[in-house]
Amino acid sequence: MRNEDLRSFAIRYGFIILLVGLSVYFSLEASGFFSARSAVFVFQSVAITGILALGVTCTLVVDGFDLSIGSVATSALMLSAYSMVVLEQPAYVAVLLCLAMGAFVGLVNGLLIVKMKVPDLLATLGMMFLLIGLQRIPTQGNSIATGMSLGDGSTAEGTFSAAFLWLGRHRFDLVLERLVPVPVVIFLLVALAVWIFLEYTRHGRLMYAIGSNQRAAELVGANVQRYKIMAYVISGVTASIGGILLAARLGRGDIASGNNLLLDSVAAALIGFAVLGAARPNAFGTAMGALFVGILLQGMTMMNAPYYTQDFVKGAVLVCALVFTFYLSSKSSAARKV
Amino acid sequence: MTSTVLTIEGVCKSFGRNEVLKGIDLTLNAGTVTVLMGANGAGKSTLVKAICGIHSVDSGNMQIGDAPYAPATAADALSLGVVAVHQSIDDGVIPDLDVATNLMLDQLTKPGAKTFVRDRMMREQATEVAKSMGLKMDVRMRVSDLGVADRQMIAIARAMARSPKVLVLDEPTSSLSASEADRLFALIDRLRDQGVAVLYISHRMSDIRRIANRIISMRDGQVSGVFEQDNLDYEGAVTAMLGHKMTEVNIVPKISYAPVLEIENLSLKKNWPAFNLTANEGEVIAVTGLLGSGKSQMADIIFGLRKPASGTMKIDGRLYTPSSASDAIASGVFMSPKDRGNNAVVGAFNISDNMSLPFLRAFSNFSFISGRRQRRATTEMISQIGVVCQSEDDSIGTLSGGNQQKVMIGRWLLKPSRVLLLDEPFQGVDIGARRDIGRHIRDTAGNRATIVFVAEIDEAIEIADRIIVLNEGNLVGEHTNENLNLGALVAQITGEKAA
Repeated sequence: MRNEDLRSFAIRYGFIILLVGLSVYFSLEASGFFSARSAVFVFQSVAITGILALGVTCTLVVDGFDLSIGSVATSALMLSAYSMVVLEQPAYVAVLLCLAMGAFVGLVNGLLIVKMKVPDLLATLGMMFLLIGLQRIPTQGNSIATGMSLGDGSTAEGTFSAAFLWLGRHRFDLVLERLVPVPVVIFLLVALAVWIFLEYTRHGRLMYAIGSNQRAAELVGANVQRYKIMAYVISGVTASIGGILLAARLGRGDIASGNNLLLDSVAAALIGFAVLGAARPNAFGTAMGALFVGILLQGMTMMNAPYYTQDFVKGAVLVCALVFTFYLSSKSSAARKV
Repeated sequence: MTSTVLTIEGVCKSFGRNEVLKGIDLTLNAGTVTVLMGANGAGKSTLVKAICGIHSVDSGNMQIGDAPYAPATAADALSLGVVAVHQSIDDGVIPDLDVATNLMLDQLTKPGAKTFVRDRMMREQATEVAKSMGLKMDVRMRVSDLGVADRQMIAIARAMARSPKVLVLDEPTSSLSASEADRLFALIDRLRDQGVAVLYISHRMSDIRRIANRIISMRDGQVSGVFEQDNLDYEGAVTAMLGHKMTEVNIVPKISYAPVLEIENLSLKKNWPAFNLTANEGEVIAVTGLLGSGKSQMADIIFGLRKPASGTMKIDGRLYTPSSASDAIASGVFMSPKDRGNNAVVGAFNISDNMSLPFLRAFSNFSFISGRRQRRATTEMISQIGVVCQSEDDSIGTLSGGNQQKVMIGRWLLKPSRVLLLDEPFQGVDIGARRDIGRHIRDTAGNRATIVFVAEIDEAIEIADRIIVLNEGNLVGEHTNENLNLGALVAQITGEKAA
């Protein structure tokens, strides 16, 4: 009995305890880790992957998966650059275009899955491929920056507008001057919104029901197809938000950036399963998962671990979290059954 | 002839604080079908799992023949000659492979098996196995193209290839039609003649009458009665299982003439005959018939999941043409589907969320769920319908089958309906819970028309004011539930002309 209590405690709080323990360890070992600036830096480093991860969480909730988020983000990056630099449009047009593109891709993903019955992994894998190719076509495979030469011999005259760059680079004052960057604020807002949506609205509840037993959800009158499509649209829109912030931070349409976005954000969402013993996709867990990876990398960097070990560490964390979620919670649920 | 194969002495098993088996003693004999009866939660499944090596026992002895038997895993149990076919058939077969491969799977996993599969030889062997078990299908067919009964037979046939001493069948007929069940029984007869000790778990009296040599009743983790000899005391067995005598439920049929649902010239499927039916306010109608008689089609059509081949439906005089479940629900037609595990239970949710799932809108303000209102409604329903649980916050998976079913029925009683459809509401439910559910449905039936779809006649008689019989899509009989002519009813169900 003691054992079972201990296990359920470990499943519930183990991950949080690990997170706190890690922070304490780094604070003691790495000078400068325990500071507001460093904390903000952690948040900043995970803001964009975190936003993408929150989107993919929604698709996981309906028992789907979205592999196209990384490429939607890089497409948004290229599209915003293209609309400002080549088409010379103002910031708000670039932002709206990107959001619309994200929503459209999500809609197509959803329709492929729901109407054409293509399995989710394959549909979004195909979409990923398609977008990676598509984003290169308008610029003949080049990155976009002011002054680049265009296909017809002229040069691009537009620039990234200040308002757009503000999205990626402005920092709000909070206690310290110029402390909190805009992407962190947006990350927290998106996290809050997705959390409230999934946990406290009937739409979120029905999406969980669909993920757990689609047939049952259908038979209580839930519009399963619409909710599934909605999940992919949310995922597409959040991915495009991530892409916009990335573009605003970089200040150019860099064709090569954003390679790691997909893996990092999926990892964050999956690590989130382990938080508070949820054993299911959830917004709070996803945000914590993203932060966990951020803290670990920040601490290791400050302790002079080489950059090329980062992916290995992320992978190890993910595997541990998955074992934690599936092995431990399957044991406890097996014990619960009579 | 009746040598003891498996002996169990003083077996105890608890999960945490929950004592499930409290000292079980029983024996299984060669060439005998022993039926194990018990209400949900009596510990049947745990006992079966202990015998099959899925659970280890806390104390007590098991012996096969004279050798001690303590299987650590299911594979262990198999190698010692104990084979089980579980309730969900698809655990026993691989649907994407053909019959031959399914029958010969053990050959593929055997140590020292050849790397390359020789299909022709395998098919020949498989055909032989199939023939010896009385299976007639082509061994090249894919298992996914076969019916439930055939899949089950294949699972049993493969198990028999190991020539086991003990065969455990856990509610094997729960998804079979009568003729399919007959084939299964024929197979069990054959195995019995070969000297296998069969342990057969079932709720169904008709099965038990057909095949039992002995009956063991379980109640509350203990054996409460063993019945053998030629004249099995069925009533005694049920009494031992429930602790009280099986009583007839007395129903005084209500006769009313206030049509709620009017079905006119409805043909359930292409080329099936059309019929009329009117369901009145306050009335409980039981629709009965064999598997394939059109019961499920009828339920699906009224709930908007299928289109009828022809005909019209009216609710309260207005034309009713639902095209989806949400349409039906909006028109006040609710349905509790059959097979709750696949069609109704949301495993990830607690009782409260499961129960209120269809009506989340009513418990929300601007899409935000009001936990307080939801809880108030569900706790009230939990106490009304008698769900045994700690609180409304319990995970649905912690409940026994009967209690889960109460939650699923309670779901559709949370809000008033015009027409309530209950498809096989007593599937996998013990008699106690069945009485509770039946009583509650009748108590609340006043302001709606209720249609219950059941295969078992007993269940129909227990709940209905009026009994409708379907046979191959046609309405062949209609009886008021009073002084029933059972012979005529059964004849209509089976499609024989009543004399």
